[in-house]
Amino acid sequence: MNAKKTRKAGGIGQLMIPLIALGVLILFNLIRDPGFFSISLSNTGVLTGNLVSVIDSASELAIIAMGMTLVTASCGGQDISVGAVGAIAGSIFVCTLQAMGRITIWSVILGIIFCIGVAIMFCCFNGTLVSVFKIQPMIATLILFSCGRSIAYWFSGSATPQLSSPIIVAMGITIPGIPVPTPIFAVVLMGILLSLVFRFTNLRLYTQSVGINQGAARLNGINPVMIKMLSFVILGVCVAIAGVIGVSRIGQIAHQTLLVEIEMDAILAVAIGGNSLGGGRFRVVGSVIGAYIIKMLTITLYAMSVAPANVKAYKAIVIILIVLAGSPVIRNRAAVLLNRFRIGKETKAAAKGVN
Amino acid sequence: MQNDTILTMRGIDKQFPGTRALSKVDFTLRKGEIHALMGENGAGKSTLIKVLTGVYEKDGGSIWLEGVEGEAHIHSPQDAQKLGIATVYQEITLCPNLTVAENMYIGRTEGQIVPWKEYEKKATALLNNLGIPARAKQELNHCSLAVQQMVAIARAVDMNCKVLILDEPTSSLDDKEVEMLFSLMRDLKSRGVGIIFVTHFLEQVYEVSDRITVLRNGELVGEYAIEDLPQVELVAKMMGKDLHDLSDLEQIGSKHKAEDEIIYEAQKISSSESKPFDFSIHKGEVNGFTGLLGSGRSESVRAIFGADRVTGGKVKMKGKEVKISKPHDAMKAGIGYLPEDRKKDGIIADLSVRENIILALQVMRGFFRPMSKAQMEAFADEYIKALNIKTASQDTLVGSLSGGNQQKVILARWLLTHPDYLILDEPTRGIDVGTKLEIQKLVLKLAAEENMSITFISSEIEEMLRTCSRLIVMRDRNIVGELTGDQLTQAQVMKTIAGGGQ
Repeated sequence: MNAKKTRKAGGIGQLMIPLIALGVLILFNLIRDPGFFSISLSNTGVLTGNLVSVIDSASELAIIAMGMTLVTASCGGQDISVGAVGAIAGSIFVCTLQAMGRITIWSVILGIIFCIGVAIMFCCFNGTLVSVFKIQPMIATLILFSCGRSIAYWFSGSATPQLSSPIIVAMGITIPGIPVPTPIFAVVLMGILLSLVFRFTNLRLYTQSVGINQGAARLNGINPVMIKMLSFVILGVCVAIAGVIGVSRIGQIAHQTLLVEIEMDAILAVAIGGNSLGGGRFRVVGSVIGAYIIKMLTITLYAMSVAPANVKAYKAIVIILIVLAGSPVIRNRAAVLLNRFRIGKETKAAAKGVN
Repeated sequence: MQNDTILTMRGIDKQFPGTRALSKVDFTLRKGEIHALMGENGAGKSTLIKVLTGVYEKDGGSIWLEGVEGEAHIHSPQDAQKLGIATVYQEITLCPNLTVAENMYIGRTEGQIVPWKEYEKKATALLNNLGIPARAKQELNHCSLAVQQMVAIARAVDMNCKVLILDEPTSSLDDKEVEMLFSLMRDLKSRGVGIIFVTHFLEQVYEVSDRITVLRNGELVGEYAIEDLPQVELVAKMMGKDLHDLSDLEQIGSKHKAEDEIIYEAQKISSSESKPFDFSIHKGEVNGFTGLLGSGRSESVRAIFGADRVTGGKVKMKGKEVKISKPHDAMKAGIGYLPEDRKKDGIIADLSVRENIILALQVMRGFFRPMSKAQMEAFADEYIKALNIKTASQDTLVGSLSGGNQQKVILARWLLTHPDYLILDEPTRGIDVGTKLEIQKLVLKLAAEENMSITFISSEIEEMLRTCSRLIVMRDRNIVGELTGDQLTQAQVMKTIAGGGQ
């Protein structure tokens, strides 16, 4: 018989660690403060509570993490310019609305389409460097990472224009009459869109094939350059949506702070979600859970009144634990222990059978 | 126990979840003996070796070593090394950018100051003594693969090894290099080292070994002196059946008729890696490209499939002109291609068996037309059964299958696309005898029953003579001859390769 361990694909395996981490976080909060997750309806008819703010504030991160998962899977590297490109997209959104004058539903839709287009363009610039010129993704995206926010500032005419309109408030905060914050709907919508794409195209199979073995994928008729570009295009859409949400939340384009440092959190979300940062198999759901874990952690620490200056240090400790738990070494150890346990049972059962 | 026994393994058991890899296996190695360990892939050869070298811990049984009181306890590769058990693997595990002497002594130094001068002297002496054509101060990557392997062996010898394990040492060596390695093995044998030799090449076993131990399905079949076990019987013992299967094969043969339709025709086709050549193949024909390694046979078929950048030529498929500039074009035209390097170009290791099987068909159907899960499962099931692929389930990652089964998965992938013309580059390399036969039979069956045209390439000429009705002989990237009918003999192929054909 084959002596090698047979490994299985699919299943819940990959999601195990992020789900356990999320569970432990929730449990910890429940023990610390049983009322932590209580949700109430404010007098303006909006749901409030820690849980709502976790899910709401993680929206941009969750959406960008979706796109980052695809880029990671196909290229085996990460795009660190997402925050900067998000700022560009936000800036384009604001510019379009200003150019149109009055803010109406239609001008907003046009603005969104326009900023998605521009974000795709910038992401394709990254994609070209990565897929055609075969530059390391982190190096290729370092260019826009460092100059993107200046480009955003330049696009909006070296000013920080404001948008004041009930439509923008509805987009960034809540729609009157609906108790759930709007950004949450954006996450759900993007999630549904992406799963429809996976359902009706071969994106998953192609992306995983290219990520695992590019040469073999090519010999099976897949065009690796196209697939990598496609993942950057999808990331572009995600980044643009996140940018629009970020702008709508404060009704202003803040070039230096919009989606700031989100690239590292997005990469972290992908990793916590159990996806290999070296590309290949992926689960978008894992990354989304990862995004919620990161935000839940932040809000938990704030709730424990940890000084804002110290939050990052505490966050780092927890993240080290999660990432270690998912590391190959620990996983293999766990698998070995589990196998010993199983074999022990089998031999015992066999011995019983003999007797 | 006899006096000249240096290693005794008795009743070795090893279990993995769900499988029993070794069951009550005995193995005995004597002083100054080359002992071949044979068996198909998955028979337990490598598990036995890994138990002996401390990579795996045995679940049962005992090991005795000469000069060690009581049972030998081997729990790690370091333990094995200390007890004088050394292993040289198929892939060189030395550091190519260090010198020969450095490679021989690295990791074995004691104290703070390393007496490299002294080591160089010792290395030179040992290399001379063993007749290894390398200099101590030479950088290792300037040596040929065979010499690198010999340096690895010299390192083992210098560590006073009593038991030397050679795991597939010859698979990347040419004939001359193999001969060099063998004379070194014989030399070590005369010095009293016990050598365990693991290989797929039957002829090589008979050239150097004194004794053979055969394993099958994790169990001991027997231990034989080389003169008591003819090659045919060895194969039969490894497969656990009689060899009438082999004679069946010769009777089937490939028999297409010359007047059959030409499926594929190329004129002056060339790629970035191959020179222009003409080639055509009839419906139901099995042909082969032969020649030494590096003669351009693989590059030629890669040009046909568009695997490298195509630089020119005209191609007709079933009489109609088609343009093939990338693999996808070839697939659409009805060509399938099983690449030479299974690991690098064939399998997508981290995808499941099912995904690997349906991949090519799925790509041909197009990006926007994914198959349903039920359909994929049905296809995968059909071919797992048809090709007798040994896998725990469809969801098993293909990378965890044995080599022969991985090859079958890739074969299934292309059969599923029902190509008119299938190119198989080294489909039998590095897989066990049983699977080799299965694949050869399948090739002949496809040609005879489904009228598939097949190009079959193999390094083993016998295999090609058995399956092909036409051989195209290549030398230095040029076609130097074409053999059919009575010309299909080993001697004629050799002659043609050497340049004295026709």
